[in-house]
Amino acid sequence: MSDTSNHSDLAAIKARLEASGTGRHYWRSLDDLAQTSEFRDMVDREFPRLAIGWSEDESPVEGRRNFLKLMGASLALGGLAACTRQPTERIMPYIRQPEDLIPGKPLFYATATTLNGIASGVLAESHEGRPTKIEGNPEHPATLGACDVFSQASVLGLYDPDRSQAITLEGDIQAWGDYLGALREALAAQKLKNGAGLRILTETITSPTMASQLAAIQKLYPQSKWHQWDPAGPHSARAAASLTFGAPVNTYYDLSKADVIVSLDSDFLAQGPGSLRYARQFSARRRVQNGQTTMNRLYVAEPMPTPTGTKADHRFAFRAGDIEEFAWALATGLGVANGPKKGDNGDIYKNIGAIARDLQHHQGACLVIAGECQPPIVHALAHVINDKLGNVGQTVFYTDPLEANPVDQVASLQDLVKDLDAGAVDLLLIVGGNPAFNAPVELGMRDCLKKATLRAHLSLYDNETSELCQWRLPEAHYLESWGDARAFDGTVTIQQPLIQPLYNGRSAYQFLQMLTENPEQSDYNIVKGYWAAQHKGADFETWWRRAVHDGVVPDSALPRKKPAIHADAISSPPVKRRMGGKLEVIFRPDPTIYDGRFANNGWLQELPKPITKLTWDNAAIMSPQTASRLGVLYQGLSSPSQEVPMVELTYEGRSLRAPVWVQPAHAEGSVTLHLGYGRTRGGRAATGMGFNPYGLRTAKALWQDVGMSAKKISAMYPIATTQDFHVLDTERHAIHAGELDEYLKNPQSVHEGAEAKPRELTLYPDWKYDGYAWGMAIDLNACTGCGACVVACQAENNIAVVGKDQVRRGRAMHWIRVDSYYKGMPNLPDGIYNQPVPCMHCEDAPCELVCPVQATNHSAEGLNDMVYNRCVGTRYCSNNCPYKVRRFNFYQFADYETPSLKLLHNPDVTVRSRGVMEKCSYCVQRINYAKIESEKQNRKVADGEIQTACQATCPAEAIIFGNVNDPSSRVSKMKAEKSNYGLLAELNTRPRTTYLATLRNPNQEVES
Amino acid sequence: MSQIFHRSTNTFSRITIFGAVFILAFLTWVFAELNASNYNTRATEAREQPVPFSHAHHVGAIGLDCRYCHTTVETSGFANVPPTKTCMNCHSQIWSTSPTLEPVRASFRNGTSIGWTRVNDLPDFVYFNHSIHVNKGIGCESCHGRVDKMPLTWQENSLQMEWCLDCHRQPEKYLRPREFITKMGYQPAGDQLEIGTRLRREYNIQDTRVLTSCSTCHR
Repeated sequence: MSDTSNHSDLAAIKARLEASGTGRHYWRSLDDLAQTSEFRDMVDREFPRLAIGWSEDESPVEGRRNFLKLMGASLALGGLAACTRQPTERIMPYIRQPEDLIPGKPLFYATATTLNGIASGVLAESHEGRPTKIEGNPEHPATLGACDVFSQASVLGLYDPDRSQAITLEGDIQAWGDYLGALREALAAQKLKNGAGLRILTETITSPTMASQLAAIQKLYPQSKWHQWDPAGPHSARAAASLTFGAPVNTYYDLSKADVIVSLDSDFLAQGPGSLRYARQFSARRRVQNGQTTMNRLYVAEPMPTPTGTKADHRFAFRAGDIEEFAWALATGLGVANGPKKGDNGDIYKNIGAIARDLQHHQGACLVIAGECQPPIVHALAHVINDKLGNVGQTVFYTDPLEANPVDQVASLQDLVKDLDAGAVDLLLIVGGNPAFNAPVELGMRDCLKKATLRAHLSLYDNETSELCQWRLPEAHYLESWGDARAFDGTVTIQQPLIQPLYNGRSAYQFLQMLTENPEQSDYNIVKGYWAAQHKGADFETWWRRAVHDGVVPDSALPRKKPAIHADAISSPPVKRRMGGKLEVIFRPDPTIYDGRFANNGWLQELPKPITKLTWDNAAIMSPQTASRLGVLYQGLSSPSQEVPMVELTYEGRSLRAPVWVQPAHAEGSVTLHLGYGRTRGGRAATGMGFNPYGLRTAKALWQDVGMSAKKISAMYPIATTQDFHVLDTERHAIHAGELDEYLKNPQSVHEGAEAKPRELTLYPDWKYDGYAWGMAIDLNACTGCGACVVACQAENNIAVVGKDQVRRGRAMHWIRVDSYYKGMPNLPDGIYNQPVPCMHCEDAPCELVCPVQATNHSAEGLNDMVYNRCVGTRYCSNNCPYKVRRFNFYQFADYETPSLKLLHNPDVTVRSRGVMEKCSYCVQRINYAKIESEKQNRKVADGEIQTACQATCPAEAIIFGNVNDPSSRVSKMKAEKSNYGLLAELNTRPRTTYLATLRNPNQEVES
Repeated sequence: MSQIFHRSTNTFSRITIFGAVFILAFLTWVFAELNASNYNTRATEAREQPVPFSHAHHVGAIGLDCRYCHTTVETSGFANVPPTKTCMNCHSQIWSTSPTLEPVRASFRNGTSIGWTRVNDLPDFVYFNHSIHVNKGIGCESCHGRVDKMPLTWQENSLQMEWCLDCHRQPEKYLRPREFITKMGYQPAGDQLEIGTRLRREYNIQDTRVLTSCSTCHR
């Protein structure tokens, strides 16, 4: 795709679509929709063409010859090598065995991860002292046993070999004592001037212990200042609280009681504090099973399709700036504001009446949620609407703020920059974060920082900010240090370490403690000491042990309150925006690497981002029309080169070059840029990937603004997206979907258009499953497509990271993938559908027949077993798999060498070597564990006792695993539902994994 | 043109072609024998240890139960090698100055593990679980042999898959009542197959089809 001939305009796609007249419903990409030859090629192939070449600079034919030669040689050598005897191994027992530890059995400890300072309670699995896997803490209100992608991947962050490993001063290795000496010296000078030259810059702090430390420091150095900065924090919500209530408040929701939900560009099901809980509550209200016949209804107005948007019953693709007008119109429709009745953009006003009526019919049982990235006025309007509809105290709750010091962080940072510029800062201590990379661009943070006389940065990575500091100090990971933090509702969680710091790092608590009178304290003593001082009543020790064990401090949720709304909360008139022929720029935290802090995490980099399925990169995401207008609408992405055109974006005099990603269902006239890429320092996975939108982001427009222009440039960019890999033949109806009312009348309606049921006739001899028969049901109606299952599977099953180049060749190793399908026309699809696809464990598995060495076999309980040590890598099985779920180790992807990564592996799963096929095993190690435990007790495995890794982490409880031979098991009941169907079941593979059709609950009054 | 090969070559080639089958069969047999040989499996080879620990003395002569040291065998997949503390329970009192035991004392003093040589070593793709075997009536002796007669420990059996499957196909050949699990030199009180069949039913041992499924041991 090096020439422009492939750039066709939208009209051509439409024409081709209409001309083909296939009447197909669901499609995966524009290429699929237009049925380009490249796409057909991809459907027919197991791997993209590129995968065949031996290396990039060889022709496929040459490559194949070399391949055969080398394979012949390696077969001979491999045969010889197999003749060696087992190498001698050593057993290293304990000296004194810890009391609760049984070698060979994992232990789970409650702890907490934080994002923007807000805690998620998790359980960390420990094998003989090494944390290997994170699960949600069922007793924690924010997680309820589920886990998001960031927490799942955090265990890789712990063992990351690129972490900051040494204390350095100007590049020379030092000891903590040296730093402490230098600090005390600087502090002695500060003491004389009451700390006037001391500045501390932290990320958002909710930790009560750390807040008390900072207060103590403030007392010692009264003129010192504490600044906070988190680039993707809830800046608008904070400002809106002051606007609406005159005081900072924290808002959270209860979706279990909400019948009608309006999301104003809020991705509440996948991002932000409480999202795991919200997803659980939301999906519970959409399960049309077990006699439940009602569903909640979700309206979503958003520019960039998000996981929440995929669940919408009505999704409106509005520009980010138009959401405000939509909110005004809704408030006006509900009679709580006096905004315009009609504007230029008719689409905004078209359905206001219907939505307003729907909300009014469900007073006290509805909810309007404003997105974190929307301006304060949208939040204020949502507060007012919720108040008017009687939702406060029902579905919306207010508490005091979670943060120890809820300041306007932009102002806080600007204040710091002012002092830096004035040369007033003698000692700058930066605790975590990366302000040099992610501060608003016009502040010129990189230059400013250097104006502080002495700078120290405590950080997990030696990053862009560390580069500018004399002292670079390794921070302890959360699994290495004690701490505490508040969750979405204020519940305090004690963060408990599982391992000694790997790289002599220290926690932020210890770092701050060095400023006090008592500088050398362990973080255990600091945190426990704080809570001991807080504790009232007898027996602190028991209380403390309980709190650490449960992971939750009892009764620490902040009390709910009902703050009064200011009369002038929404008195300012709506602002008219003029596009003026320009584009709208939208900045959003990246779905996988967030604000850039997870950029060196290979699991998150390689996790296909929801909807776009991009990996290792960000892009200028725009709608097909916008791309067409800019002349960058491309096609043939499924061709071998997988290159996309690039644009030069110019905003406020700054410009940036970025590849284009054409996203159906994206708002017209906007360009979404995900933050966090374009790192220049901070580890090998982080550096040099993608482009940096912080280069355009100013304090005045943290999230969106109009006035960006884009120009096509001649360069092309190789991109790694998995959207067109592993495609099923979409003509065969992978997705079954319908509307609630119709489904209730005629349950078969969701399966309409699918091929006839398979004949029961089969050439295979019948097999009787009389013990357990393992099976899985995936509720498409619940799945949000967040991707947590993919990372959970990767952590549980030792799945390797392959890198961008290998992903481009279709060699990503994930055992479960989440496919996205669209329905309708490319500009404004009627819907986006998610479908997680693990191995189907077909009862009549096509893969098993073709294996020449019997490396894949059926177990007596219906598992499609994969025996790595037998596999010789013919890949016939993968060729014959209609679901394309088998993954081949083309190279030695698993890392046997890096010492720290060895600790990461799950000891219950083989680490696969080169030349071996692998695939989803239904977490057979968990099945065997549960079976062995139950047999020892002479009982059957109870329903729910086995949770596969993907199931355990799923916030929406979309994945259910169990014994299908037991009619009372949850999975059997799901499979008995009328909406149940097998993917490509017409091939007569008898898949054990089946799906429940997705249902929408549209409002008949709403026009699309 | 004169003949390159002598007439006798015909006979030679006939014999070769005919003999190829036998030669191949012979080579296969040689390979299989080598593969199963004690040399390859390292069975019956007494392994050197940092401390010449004698099971013959501790089990055979003193009569310690296996579980005194291998405490996790009934609960965990891994039958632990005891921590140094277990050795020191006795050896801080007896033989407390023996030079042979210096590595044990050094370990206790310095907090470093005694690096024992692994004797029974399965390949890394096999997931053997001790606890389920001892709970279902497979005695220690069935796999490990007469440990009470081993001055230095050796691996008794080949530990190859064929050997595992022998029992997984027909466990009743080896089952014994749970109370005799750690007994060395156990003799069934009657016909083994009869007792085994009864125990198999009593202990709810799974169907042979399940026991011989790949994922029972490999994952």
